Amino acid sequence: MIDPQMFQLVCFYAFAAVTVVAALGVISLRNTVQAVLSLVLTFFSTACIWLLAEAEFLAIALIVVYVGAVMVLFLFVVMMLDINQERVREGFIKYLPVGIIVALVMLGEMLALIGVRAMHQAVMGADPAAAVGMSNTEWLGHALYTQFLLPFEIAALILTVGVVAAVVLTLRHRTGVRHQQASQQVRVKAASRIRVVKMAAEVPAAPQAEPGKETTP
Amino acid sequence: MITLAHFIVLGAVLFSIALASLFINRKNVIVLLMSIELMLLAVNINFVAFSRFLGDVAGQVFVFFILTVAAAETAIGLAILVLLFRNRSTINVAEIDSMKG
Repeated sequence: MIDPQMFQLVCFYAFAAVTVVAALGVISLRNTVQAVLSLVLTFFSTACIWLLAEAEFLAIALIVVYVGAVMVLFLFVVMMLDINQERVREGFIKYLPVGIIVALVMLGEMLALIGVRAMHQAVMGADPAAAVGMSNTEWLGHALYTQFLLPFEIAALILTVGVVAAVVLTLRHRTGVRHQQASQQVRVKAASRIRVVKMAAEVPAAPQAEPGKETTP
Repeated sequence: MITLAHFIVLGAVLFSIALASLFINRKNVIVLLMSIELMLLAVNINFVAFSRFLGDVAGQVFVFFILTVAAAETAIGLAILVLLFRNRSTINVAEIDSMKG
């Protein structure tokens, strides 16, 4: 019989190891496409860790929004741009010691500052959402649509601005290309299609009588 | 059993990896953008963990907003990147110095 809490811990270590290894891959892989795929793996295993913390909605949102949309956008851009891999990676060895030293010092400082030993006492208790008789999504939704309604609306506005900005930035006006202009086509009136010209009615000329023949009306 | 320290250490390690990347990948803007994503992910892990251990929903709501803003940021960042590559034919940070005095 496996202790469920022990099993949780083993799962956590497995997912954390995958996360860290994939993150190291993101920063060290030579091929940018492989780095993006490695970042996808990082997000995926982090979502698994969030599932262990019973944050189901955010875990699924991370996969759907990040892996499904943002990372695909990254892949599009990486594959669209023709990047010289060798030139982009130069200086990697040169700055490697500095990067490792700064990262290690900062890691040590962070762990010392936040007091990891004290937090070892905090054991994961019951799910706070279940304590109030709701699922995680319901719990989050209740807070989002009551207490945090205004920030939620602002978030929607930020996304809209982001879409508009991305489109405007990458829009390219080519000269010498003929486009249909839908707005002008819709606004057109009958008067601008056809021009009625006033003119005097014309009488058809009488047929010329041939000489030497009698014509009787 | 899983304690708060586990999540915090994981977040700190991810953040440090992303920080190291800012130093060693000084040529490639795409990898720099990906390191920023990693940093945000590390912060999000902390938020989720504290939300879970303190029983406060605000932490998870904040992660939701961070995801929103990060998605918008990535879209605009990549748009700028495409524009940059179209105009300069490079994404090397060292070569982008046209505004240098």
